[in-house]
Amino acid sequence: MNYSDSFRDKELVQGLARRIAELTKGVEKPLVFMEVCGTHTMAIYQFGLRSLLPPQVKLISGPGCPVCVTPNSYLDRAIALCRLPDVIITSFGDMLRVPGSSSSLMEERAKGADIRVVYSPLDAVQLAAKNPTKRVVFLGVGFETTAPTIAGSILAAKAQGLTNYFVLASHKTMPQPMAILSADPDLQVDGYICPAHVSAIIGADAYRFLCEEYRVPCVVTGFEPTDVLQGVEMLVRQALAGESKVEIQYSRVVRWEGNAKAQAMLADVFTPFDAPWRGIGVLPGSGLRIADKYAEFDAELAIPVQVEELKEHKGCLCGEILKGKVSPFDCPLFGGKCTPESPVGACMVSSEGTCAAAFKYGR
Amino acid sequence: MCVGVPMQVISIDGDFAMTEVDGVKREASLMMLDQEVKVGDFVIVHAGFAISKLDEEDAKATLELMREVYSPELMG
Ligand code: SF4
Ligand code: SF4
Repeated sequence: MNYSDSFRDKELVQGLARRIAELTKGVEKPLVFMEVCGTHTMAIYQFGLRSLLPPQVKLISGPGCPVCVTPNSYLDRAIALCRLPDVIITSFGDMLRVPGSSSSLMEERAKGADIRVVYSPLDAVQLAAKNPTKRVVFLGVGFETTAPTIAGSILAAKAQGLTNYFVLASHKTMPQPMAILSADPDLQVDGYICPAHVSAIIGADAYRFLCEEYRVPCVVTGFEPTDVLQGVEMLVRQALAGESKVEIQYSRVVRWEGNAKAQAMLADVFTPFDAPWRGIGVLPGSGLRIADKYAEFDAELAIPVQVEELKEHKGCLCGEILKGKVSPFDCPLFGGKCTPESPVGACMVSSEGTCAAAFKYGR
Repeated sequence: MCVGVPMQVISIDGDFAMTEVDGVKREASLMMLDQEVKVGDFVIVHAGFAISKLDEEDAKATLELMREVYSPELMG
């Protein structure tokens, strides 16, 4: 079976776009919908969905990619750790190119640091088992989709009795930044395209408070072009009817209650903390760090290092980009000083970053 | 980063499943799944873990409904 081909059917995509245009005919003030997931951002650029939509519908990108919102301070600590002779850093690939205050993991690797890209945090646990004289540190970033996989790796390391596996954890959770953005008077969001796989874990119910408190429609949407457009149509219908409720477009995967087992793993291994977001600042209760009962796996506590002084990058508009206030094309560094080959800010690093998607696929 | 890929379960061994899509095979931990899976089912796999079952019937129904409502010849 190949679902993706059917969900990319050109005629369906055009039919959906036409329906949205019909629905919004005569609407004066454009409806602004925000996608808060980097994979949505990428899909929207990749399939040119903006150009299919009528001028009455505007899509803007929010703080959707965990790599983009990871602050310099986190990278500086990872870089300090990788300089220790007995440490192996393991990570998902995107993190390597994110600039810290004065270096990146990529540069450190070129200088000889042992930094390895893994597909699964379980691979990092295996690496620790095979290298008992080394300390293996996994860079734990990501939203609620990824966080349970890291929790799983800690549970696996514990079950195997490993004492040389650690996680540098700075996970983020999604509903909080959406609430902060909804409360921002400078930002008029008429609806959210809610993340697909984050919602598979937390469940669509997690957005209900946004609808109730901020009167903003939320639709949990899949990643295929027809999914995104159908999600937009559902948002348009709600917005025009003056409604604000949660709807699930991506019902083939997402349930109202989410994944109870993954939620239990998160609650067991992690504990909420006030996490710093790149360009946005510290958001109360918006992150997950390792709970005290698993402190021996916490790289920050177990492996003390001297971290260099924090420096932010001049001129980078990442913060405003992540809040949906400006578009990449408004950044004076875009495409000049800042490109995917040599990114200044994090939004240009990950392929899911707004600046990187805009660079690759254009307007 | 949390792009999950739909994959089909081809065998199950305790807490792990072997999954496959387009000829690519990948082992996936079932530790995080709160739904029963059996060989032949589809799951979304992310970073080495099956995170959710993919309801094939629902996917087909969604597509059919979309075709009914949005195909150009029917929209006139
Ligand atoms: S981590 Fe998940 S929610 Fe975030 S950008 Fe990637 S796919 Fe979207
Ligand atoms: S173009 Fe580069 S410098 Fe400008 S906001 Fe994007 S990532 Fe930051």
